[in-house]
Amino acid sequence: MNDAAGSVLQEAPEQPLLFMLNGEQQRVWVSARNTLTEVLRERLGLTGTKHGCELGECGACTVLLDGNPVLSCLLLAVECEGRSVETVEGMMQGAKLHPLQSAFAELGGTQCGYCTSGVLLTAKALLERQPAATRGQIREALSGNLCRCTGYQQIFESVEEVIRHMQGKPAEPGSAS
Amino acid sequence: MSKRDKFRVVGKPRARIDGLSKTTGQTRFADDITLPRMLHCKLLRSHVPHAEILDLDVSRAEAMAGVHLILTGEDFPVTYGILPVSQDERALCKNKVRFVGDPVAAVIAVDEDTAERAARSIDVRYRPLTTVSDPVKALSQDAARLHDYGEEGNIHRRLAYSFGDVDESLADSAHVFEDVFFYQGNTHLALEQHAAVAAADPEGRVTLWSSTQCPHYVHRALSKALELPTTQIRVIACPNGGGFGGKTDVFNHEIVVTKAALRCGRPVKICLTREEVFYCHRGRHPVLMKIRTGVSADGKLTGMHLQTLLDGGAYGSYGVASTFYTGALQPVTYHLPRYRFDACRVFTNKPPCGPKRGHGTPQPRFGQEIQLDKIAEKLNKDPAELRLDIVEQPDTLTANYLKIGTIGLAECIKRVVARSKWQDKHRKLPFGRGVGIACGAYLSGAGHAIYWNKMPHSGVQLKLDRSGSVTVFCGSTDIGQGSNDVLAVIVAEVLGICPDNVRTVTGDTALTPVDLGSYSSRVTLMTGNAAIQAAERARDLLAKAVAEQLEVPGETLLFADGCVFDPADPDSGVSFEQAVVAAESRFGTLGTVGSYAPPRPEARFKGGGVGPSPAYSYSAAVVDVEVDPETGMIIVNRVYIAHDIGRALNPVSVEGQVVGGVYMGLGEALMEEQVFRRMPPKLSDALVHRCPSMLDYKSLSSLDMPEVIVELVENPDPNGPFGAKEVGQGPLLPIMPAVANAVYDAVGVRIDEVPITPEKILKGLDQKARGGEGRVGPADFPDIQWPEPYFVPPPWEGGDGQSTNDPEQKRAATMHKMDRTTAS
Repeated sequence: MNDAAGSVLQEAPEQPLLFMLNGEQQRVWVSARNTLTEVLRERLGLTGTKHGCELGECGACTVLLDGNPVLSCLLLAVECEGRSVETVEGMMQGAKLHPLQSAFAELGGTQCGYCTSGVLLTAKALLERQPAATRGQIREALSGNLCRCTGYQQIFESVEEVIRHMQGKPAEPGSAS
Repeated sequence: MSKRDKFRVVGKPRARIDGLSKTTGQTRFADDITLPRMLHCKLLRSHVPHAEILDLDVSRAEAMAGVHLILTGEDFPVTYGILPVSQDERALCKNKVRFVGDPVAAVIAVDEDTAERAARSIDVRYRPLTTVSDPVKALSQDAARLHDYGEEGNIHRRLAYSFGDVDESLADSAHVFEDVFFYQGNTHLALEQHAAVAAADPEGRVTLWSSTQCPHYVHRALSKALELPTTQIRVIACPNGGGFGGKTDVFNHEIVVTKAALRCGRPVKICLTREEVFYCHRGRHPVLMKIRTGVSADGKLTGMHLQTLLDGGAYGSYGVASTFYTGALQPVTYHLPRYRFDACRVFTNKPPCGPKRGHGTPQPRFGQEIQLDKIAEKLNKDPAELRLDIVEQPDTLTANYLKIGTIGLAECIKRVVARSKWQDKHRKLPFGRGVGIACGAYLSGAGHAIYWNKMPHSGVQLKLDRSGSVTVFCGSTDIGQGSNDVLAVIVAEVLGICPDNVRTVTGDTALTPVDLGSYSSRVTLMTGNAAIQAAERARDLLAKAVAEQLEVPGETLLFADGCVFDPADPDSGVSFEQAVVAAESRFGTLGTVGSYAPPRPEARFKGGGVGPSPAYSYSAAVVDVEVDPETGMIIVNRVYIAHDIGRALNPVSVEGQVVGGVYMGLGEALMEEQVFRRMPPKLSDALVHRCPSMLDYKSLSSLDMPEVIVELVENPDPNGPFGAKEVGQGPLLPIMPAVANAVYDAVGVRIDEVPITPEKILKGLDQKARGGEGRVGPADFPDIQWPEPYFVPPPWEGGDGQSTNDPEQKRAATMHKMDRTTAS
C-alpha cells in the first residue's frame, strides 16, 4: 500500500473517517469507494469479519451498525461517519465471553468458523430485540447468514440455550453452557 | 487400546479445543494473513471455452505503475496434476485454454486494484476451437480433442470389471430391473474463498500458507511444478473455512504465488473471488448411469450391472479415482452375489470436476436406492423390509473383494423406521404427503495414497516436558470438521488428562509428520490410530518411571483425571506433571511417535486399489415431505437419520457432521446445480457457467432447513480408534434418493435425476394425467465401446482376488502403465 510508485497515489484523495468501533473512538483514512469490510480487515486488521460472496448474499461480513445487523461488504465505510460499529472482536467484555460465544463453542454452533462472526452478531441483535425469540424467529433472523457446515440445527440450539439462560438467570454472561 | 472400559474423555459431549477461537473471530484463515511488504496477485482468466493462444501481449500491463511482475505460461514449463496418471495442468495455460476461467496470466502488484487493472490490460489473441459441452457428444471421435493423452478422442478413462458372470445371473432371475438415472453436477460452495500467501526467505526457501485440505500433496506438486527441491518448500495449511473436497486438489494460484514470492523477494498473496471459486470447482461429476439388477422372487439381489458416464470437465484432477468410485462401493451395503461395473470419464470444456463429499459414490447410490424402491413396489414389499432382508453381513468379503468389518446398517434401518413411525406413514399418507427411505455406505479412509509408496498414511509426534504440557504434531488439516479436537481427545484419553491441556500443531510440512490430508474420510481413523500409538508409548514411559518411584508394577497404574495412580491405593498417586518429571528424569527429553497404515487390501486385480478401506460407515434415512401438486413445491418436513459411527469420540462434533451432511444432501437433492449455457452467438457463443455467484447458485438457508432427528449407532469397529468410524461424508449419501422416494410416495411421480425441482414434479404430474408413466429422467444410456472387462470370480466362486483374463495381452502397453499408477 505504501509503494511510492503505486497507482494508489493517482486515486481520489482519502478522507478521514471518525466512528465508534467496538465502543472506542476510531479514526482512519479511507477512500470513498472502500467498503466497511475492506476498512475493517485491511486498514484496521480486524479480520474476524469475513467475506464470502461480494454481493450481499452470504452474510459472512455481517456487523452491527448502531445495533442493527448490516452487510459490511455492501456498506461504504464513509457511511459510518459518526455511527457505531460492532464486530465480533467487540463481543467480549474485557476477558469475558458473550454468552453466545460460549454456547456456540459448547454446542457445535460453529464448525469451520467462517460464517460464525456474522451469525453471532445477527443472533446478538436478535436477542436484544426479542430476548425470548422462538425457533421460527431465530430461523427468520438468521436467514441471511449462510452456513455450509452445520445444517443450522446446532446454531439454533446454541441460540436457544442462551435464551434459556437469559430467562432463568438474567445477569450471568459467560456462563451460557 | 486403552485398558480401561470406562472412558473419561471419549464419548463426552464437549466444546472443541478450537471452538472459542472461532466464536471470537481469532481463527486465522489464509486470507487473514498480512505480511510486511506484501504484494497482491490477480489472475487473468480465459473468457473463451476452448482455444489456442495465438498471442499474449503484456507490454501495456507491464508499464503500469505499481506492477511488479507478470507471469505467463512460459514461466511454468512443467505440468502437474493431483494423480500421477493425470499430469495435465499448468499453473498458467501455455498454448491452449480449455474452459472459461482457465488462467493465462498473473499480475503481481502493490495492491489488488492495480493487479486487477493490469490484468485487464493484457491482450490475448485466441483461435477458437470447437467447444465440447456434452458428455455424450464427447464420446464421438470427431470432436476437437482437449488433451493429447487419455484413451482416445475426449475419453479420459474407461473401466470394465466383471465380478462373476452377471448376464447369466440376470437371465436366471425372476425379475430384472433396468433404469437410467442422471445426477447433475454441483459444487462445494465452502464459505471461504480459496486464498494463499507465499513468502521467500533469504536462503531461497519459500513458505506457502494456503486454504488447502492436503498440504502434503501441495508440497509435492509445488516441488514438481516449480522444479524446486522439497527441502526448500514449506506448506502450511491454514484452518479451512469449509472444504467438502473443494480444497483437496493442487491449485494453479498456489503455484503462481509461490513462484512470484521467489521472483519478487516479497510476500505475495491471492484471494480468489467467488466467481473464481466456481471456476476452480473440482466438484461433483455429472453422471449418467444405467443400472440393471436381477432380483429373485423373494426380493434378493442376484446380480447388478452398473454403467456410468462421467462429465469430467477440462482436466484430470482426481477424475480417474472418481471414475472408480462410481462403482467401487455398490457391493458394500447389500449382498450382491455378482457385479459388473463399466465406467467412462470424458473431457468437456467446463471447470474440472473432482471430489465432493461422497466422492463419486452419491451418484450411483442415488440410482440404486431409487431402483430398490421400484423393486419393493413391484414385489409388493415394504422398502425398509426389502433392505433389511438383503443387508450385507459383518466380517464379509464382497464380490469385488472389499473387506467389511462391522456393519450397523440393519440397526440404522430399524432405528429410522421406528423413530419416523414409517409403518404408519409409508403408502398411507394422503396425496401430497409422503415418506421415503434410503441407505448408504462410505469409506473410513482410502486404502492407498494417491501415489504409490509403502510409508504410513498418518504420522503423529508427541512432545511432553516437565511443565506437564503435551503437544501433538500431526500433518492433518482441520477444515472445520474438528480433526484437531480428535487428536486432543485421543491423546487426553490415553494420558488421562483434559483435552484442553493438549496443544495441537497440524498441517505444516516443516513441523509435522506427514498425514495425507483431509479427504476420503480418513482423518479420524488414521490420525486417531497414529495418535493412540504415540500416546500409548508416552504413557508406557511415564508408567515405568512412576512405577519405579512408587515401587508398584507399571501395568497396574491408571492414568485418569490428571493423575497417575495405583487404583488399589489412589492416595499414593502422583500428578500427571510429576509423572512427566519422573519420566524426563529417568529417560531424558521425552518424545514419542505413532504411525498408521491401512491393512493390505484383499483385491489383487488392477484397479482393486480403489474401494478398500479399514472400515465402512453406514447410514439410513427417512425423509418426510410435502409436495404441492399445484405448484410442485417440495417442503421437507423432517429428516430421520441413523449413522453407524462405530464410536462417537465427541458426540457434539459427530452430530454436527451428520446434520451438515443431511443439509448438503438436501441442497443436492432440491436445488444445487453447476450448470452451463451458451452465450448468444452475436456475443461470443461461449459456453459459460450459468450461475457463478452465491446469488444464483442456490443453497438452503436457515428457513429451508428441516428438523433433523439423529440416531447414532455405536458398535465399535476393531480397526477404528476406540472403535470410531467416519462421519464426514456417509450421512449425505441416503438423502438424495430418500427425497426422490418420498416425492414418489407423496404424488406418485418418479424423478430419476437431481435436482428434484418443482418444474420436474409438475412435468411428471402432467405426464401422468395424460396417461403417461409419470417419470422425469434420462431416456437412455449411450453406446460406449467398453474394453474387455477384467474378470474376477467372487470369493464364493473360487476367486482369489485376481483377474483370470490376462489384461497385459489385451491392452496396449501405455494403458498398462497407466493402470499400474492408477491402482495406487
